[in-house]
Amino acid sequence: MPKKAVFKGTIEYLQILNEKGRLDERLMPSLTKNDVIRMYELMVFSRKLDDKLLALQRQGKIGTFAQVKGQEACQVGSCYAMKQEDWMFPAFRETAAFLTRGLPAEMIIETIAGDERGNKIPEDVNCFTYSVPVAGQILHAVGFAWGFKLRKERKAAVVFFGDGATSKGDFHEGLNFAGVFKIPIVFICQNNQYAISVPREKQTASETIAQKALAYGIDGIQVDGNDLFAVFKATQEALKNAKDGKGAKLIECVTYRLGDHTTADDASKYRTKKEVEEWSKKDPIVRIKKYLESKKYWKKEDEEKLLKKVEERINEAVEKAEKIGMPTREDMFKYMYKEMPWYLKEQLEEVKDAGNGSK
Amino acid sequence: MITQHMLDKIQDYKMAKLNIVEALNLALNQEMEKDDSVLVLGEDVGIDGGVFRVTEGLYKKFGKDRVIDTPLAEPGIVGTSIGLAVNGFKPVAEIQFSGFIYSAFDQIVSHAARIRNRSRGRFTCPLVVRAPYSGGIKALEHHSESMENIFVHTPGLKVVIPSTPSDAKGLLISAIRDPDPVIFYEPKRIYRAIKEEVNEKEYTIPIGKAKVAKEGSDVTLISWGAMVRECLEAAEKVEASCEVIDIRTLKPLDIDAIIDSVKKTGRVVIVHEAPKTSGFGAEITALINEKALLNLQAPVKRVTGFDTIFPYAKMESAYLPDERIEKGIREVLEF
Repeated sequence: MPKKAVFKGTIEYLQILNEKGRLDERLMPSLTKNDVIRMYELMVFSRKLDDKLLALQRQGKIGTFAQVKGQEACQVGSCYAMKQEDWMFPAFRETAAFLTRGLPAEMIIETIAGDERGNKIPEDVNCFTYSVPVAGQILHAVGFAWGFKLRKERKAAVVFFGDGATSKGDFHEGLNFAGVFKIPIVFICQNNQYAISVPREKQTASETIAQKALAYGIDGIQVDGNDLFAVFKATQEALKNAKDGKGAKLIECVTYRLGDHTTADDASKYRTKKEVEEWSKKDPIVRIKKYLESKKYWKKEDEEKLLKKVEERINEAVEKAEKIGMPTREDMFKYMYKEMPWYLKEQLEEVKDAGNGSK
Repeated sequence: MITQHMLDKIQDYKMAKLNIVEALNLALNQEMEKDDSVLVLGEDVGIDGGVFRVTEGLYKKFGKDRVIDTPLAEPGIVGTSIGLAVNGFKPVAEIQFSGFIYSAFDQIVSHAARIRNRSRGRFTCPLVVRAPYSGGIKALEHHSESMENIFVHTPGLKVVIPSTPSDAKGLLISAIRDPDPVIFYEPKRIYRAIKEEVNEKEYTIPIGKAKVAKEGSDVTLISWGAMVRECLEAAEKVEASCEVIDIRTLKPLDIDAIIDSVKKTGRVVIVHEAPKTSGFGAEITALINEKALLNLQAPVKRVTGFDTIFPYAKMESAYLPDERIEKGIREVLEF
C-alpha cells in the first residue's frame, strides 16, 4: 500500500495595517471613525497608566506588576470585538484588556498596591480575576464557556495567555476540551517573544504557535499583534464562529513586550538594545495614530486634549485607590468560606486586641 | 384514617439496604433530579458508569450534557469544573483514583481553594471533587494512598470522608449543596463491604459534624474512612469500654465532639491509614493538647500507616493498621 497524507493543515497570517502605515483596504473590518478613535484612546490610556504605575512602583508606593507596554493592540483590539455579555479571562498582564472591558483603573491600581479589594470585579463587568500561575486560567475559561453552551446562551469567552503558557499542560488540555466539546471560546496567545528571559524558540520548536490548534481540531490563525485592525478582525470572526456553534479558535498575536517582564526584572540581561529598538518601530499606538492622522481624523489639538483627559483620569484613579485605605484583619478571614468555620473564628479572636496587624 | 402527614412520615422512613456505592449513586441521582445545575464529569463516568459504578445509570437518565465522559486529563477535569462552578453550575468531578489527583493539585490548591478570597466574594467555586482513596484492595501502584491531609492543610477547602452508606449519601448531598469546594474522599476498600438501611428520601448530614459510632467510657478511638470499622472491631477485642468517634469531616473538624469524649475517657488513640509524620492525627493530637491537656491520663497514641511508600499487594496488610490498634489501646490504658 502506498503511504498517503492523512492530515494537511495551513496557518494563515493576517496583517491589515503594517508598520509603515500601509492599509489593506480589502481586509479592513467595518469600524467607524469613532470606534477607531475610542480604541486609540484606550491604548493611550493603558500606556500612560503603565508609565504612572511604573513611577509609583519606583517610589515604593505600589508593588511588583507586569507592564503591558507594547501589547496594547492585542488586548484592546480583541476586547473591543467582544460583546458586553461575553466574558474575558486574563492572565496577569491584561491591564489594557481590563480597561477595554470597563474595569475602573483604580481597581487595577488597588490590586497592584496589594489589596484584594481591587479584584472584586463589578457585577456589570464580565471579567474574571487575574491569574498568576501561568496557564491555569485557560481551563477556567473553557469551563465557563462550556456553561454558555450547556445553557444555550449566545455568548463566548476570550482568554489571554503568553507564549510561555503554551508549554504548559493546562494550555493543551484546554484546547483539547474546547475541541472535543466544541466550546465557544477564543484563545488569545500574546506571543511577546519572551517568557521572562526564555525566548520563544526555546519554548517550542513549532514554527508557529497558531498551528498547535490544528492538532486539537480547532482553528488557528497568526496575526500581527501590533496591528489593531488585524487583532480586532480575527477576534470578531472567531467570536461569531464560536457563537454560531463552530467551535473554538486560537489566535496567535505576534507582538513584543517593550518593558521588562515585571518591575522586578531587568530585560537588558537577555535582550539587545537593537532588538528593542527594532520592535519600538512597530509600536501599535504609533501605528494607529499615523492612521488616524492620515485619514484626517486626528489633529494635534485632539492629541493634546486626550493626553490631558487621560492624565486627569489617571490621577483621579490613583487618588481613589489611595483613599480606599487599609483592609481589616477580618477581611483576611472573611472570604475563605461562605460561613467562617470555628478555627478561623478562634484564630481571629486570638488577635482581636492586637489591632489591624499591618506593618 | 390515614392523613397526608402520616403518609409523609412513612415516606420519610422508606428504607433500602444499600452499600456505599449504591448510596452515593442514589445521592447523585436525587441531587441531579432536583437541581439542573448539578453535573457529573470525569473519566469513564458516563456510558461505563464509573470504574467503581458510582455513576451507573446516570448517563442514561440525565444525558451526555450532564454526565460527561471527559478526555483523560485530571487538570482538565478539575480546571473546567472550576469554570463551570464559577458560571453557576455545581460540578461533581470524579478523579478515578486519588493517586491520580496530583496533576490536578495545582488547579485545586491554586484556584478552587482561592477564588472566593481572591475576588473578595465576587466569584465562588461550589465544586465537589470525588475520588476513591486508601488501601485494602490489592491494587496497582498509586491506587492505595491516603493523602487526604494535603488538602486539609490547604486553606479554602473542605475535606469529607464518609465511612458508612447512610453517611456517604447524606454527606455527598451536603457537599453538592455546599457553596465552597469540597474534597470528597471515598474509602474504596469498604465501597461494598457494608450494607445498611439507608433512607431512600433525600436527606443531608451536615459537613463538620462527627459521629459517635460507639459509646464507651475508658478510651476514645478517633478515626475516619475505612479505619472506623477497624476501630469498631478492635473495640470488641479489648477488655475496656471504647468510644469510637468517626470524624466524617476532616475540615472543618468537629472539635467539640472530640473534646467532649476526651473529657469523659482521658485516653485517646487516633487511627489513620495515612503516613504518620504530619498526618491528620498530629493535628488532632495538638488540638487535644491545646484544649484538654489536663484531662488526659496518658499521652495521645497514634496508630497509622508508616512513613513509607504504600507497598504493592503482597505487603499491603503489613502497612495498614491492624492488631496494632488493639496494642495501641492497651498501651494507653496501661500508661
